[in-house]
Amino acid sequence: MTCSSLWTRRELMAALGAAATLPAAAQFRVEISGVGARQIPIVVTALRGEDKAPVSVASVVRADLQRSGLFAPTDGNGVQLDERSSVASADWRGRGTDALVAGSATKLADGRWDLRFKLWDVVKGEELLGQSRVVLEADLRLAAHRIADEVYEKLTGERGIFATRIAYVMKAGRRFTLHVTDADGEGGQIALTSTEPIISPAWSPGGRELAYVSFETQKAVVWVQDVSSGQRRRIADFKGSNSAPAWSPDGQQLAVALSRDGLTQLFVMPREGGVPRRLAASPSIDTEPVFSPDGSQIYFVSDRSGGPQIYRVASGGGSPERVSFSGAYNISPAISPDGKQLAYVTRQGNAFRVVVQELPSGAPQVLTDTSDDESPSFAPNGRLLLYATRQQGRDVLMTSTLDGKIKTRLLSSGGDMREPTWGPFNREKS
Amino acid sequence: MTSSTRTLSLALLAAAALAGCASKVDLNDKAPVESRTGVTPGTQGNTTTGTGTTSPTANSRVTPVDTANAALTAANRAGRVVYFDYDSFVLKDEFKPIVDAHARSLSSNRTQRLMIEGHTDERGGREYNLALGQKRAETVVRSLMLLGAREEQLEAVSYGKERPAVSGVDESSWAQNRRAELKDRAR
Repeated sequence: MTCSSLWTRRELMAALGAAATLPAAAQFRVEISGVGARQIPIVVTALRGEDKAPVSVASVVRADLQRSGLFAPTDGNGVQLDERSSVASADWRGRGTDALVAGSATKLADGRWDLRFKLWDVVKGEELLGQSRVVLEADLRLAAHRIADEVYEKLTGERGIFATRIAYVMKAGRRFTLHVTDADGEGGQIALTSTEPIISPAWSPGGRELAYVSFETQKAVVWVQDVSSGQRRRIADFKGSNSAPAWSPDGQQLAVALSRDGLTQLFVMPREGGVPRRLAASPSIDTEPVFSPDGSQIYFVSDRSGGPQIYRVASGGGSPERVSFSGAYNISPAISPDGKQLAYVTRQGNAFRVVVQELPSGAPQVLTDTSDDESPSFAPNGRLLLYATRQQGRDVLMTSTLDGKIKTRLLSSGGDMREPTWGPFNREKS
Repeated sequence: MTSSTRTLSLALLAAAALAGCASKVDLNDKAPVESRTGVTPGTQGNTTTGTGTTSPTANSRVTPVDTANAALTAANRAGRVVYFDYDSFVLKDEFKPIVDAHARSLSSNRTQRLMIEGHTDERGGREYNLALGQKRAETVVRSLMLLGAREEQLEAVSYGKERPAVSGVDESSWAQNRRAELKDRAR
């Protein structure tokens, strides 16, 4: 069982059937705890020939669409179709679906796979999309996410985020690991293993590198690691603590929090390391910088007014302006890709919860009813937030729509998951 | 540092770690350095820092004392952990003797280096807690410098909430985690 939701029993049973074909090695499971106003019913039949592939492509597509909260996918009850089939739209419409995806998976002589699919709108009775791609066997899962992205974009008009990646830190016993996975939490790989804490991973805008803070030298040092080669370099290793790396949108600079002069203060560094330029000076703690998408502003946390609050300052320097006003404790800012919304963690009594506020000065809307939320991070299309929280004594990762109505939990059996960060769109093409 | 004193330091450190949480360490317990030259070997037990002969011979024995080592021993005896109140960065009076003893040791041993590690309880964000822990460590560093230690002998760092001394979600656990640890560093 990989999915549960508040669907009708018929759809739930269909999903149960579909889920049985997912790979047994799946580390994550998705649970949907809410329902959106309208979900598009869509049938995604098993690709002809995919039973010989190591990945059930159609199952990945269905799970992606379901997780977005905008679709109610089913498998068509075992109907055999492919991209060349003629589709009886009226029949499918009569079975309660709006759209249909079918296709084929063929292994080529060189070991690669030829994936083909078509998307039909059975309400209008027309073909919307037809695609074919040849991929390495190791990239079948990524190819499935790309198919889901194309279907999502065609039917919603928005770019999908299923082929993006996330990174997070897992703590199991005394072992800390930095994981990189697909946006659905599957296909996980370990980028770094340490017996000392790892915090604050941040993707470079191109999706090639991760900046993070590692305590492996018995203090907080900022590193940047090339994800595919594993090569890494120290970006900030000054006296005191070096932390909170944030990439500029052009990927040429990193904002960091350094305590080399005593208090924790903000600096900007070249991407290769070098001489830090002080961004702002205050007699208080300044930390957790994050660039606005246009690079003109840096949002950050400061306790210059007493408790921690969100501020922003021009990235070239200037006088900071306070952005959060509600509550005595507001930390961990994240800016939506369009620059219009600010997510952060607020304290309400003893609870720490993710809120979203329209910039510059909207009222913060609480997204969760959990009490240990941390580290919100926007999906690159701005439709979902990824964050860490605590459930049943375990640190877990959740996604939520920005209205808080649809949440999915990425489950893992391996340990405590924290510090999630959603990668950019521009993952290198396979 | 001789191997015997290193072993001794480790033993005291372990003892301090065990005792630290319970705050039963008598902070006014001064190291009895004045009796170190006594002629009753063995009675000083694990506080001996002498480097002299180990054979239990009689009245002709002299155990040399190095004042620098004595200061280090006193610092080790004083303890290596200071605790802070919630949301506070103020060094409490009860922990000043610890800082004082380490400042004396640093003043007598200009090659000695200390890493001051700040820690917080588990509540709140990781990065903000890292900065709060740093502020606690800086408080200790400033106190040590006021008492004669030099800046180049000291480094303040923070683990924020990443390295709790004890796990637990109650005030007594949190109180044991809001701390700064004074740790020896390679020279």
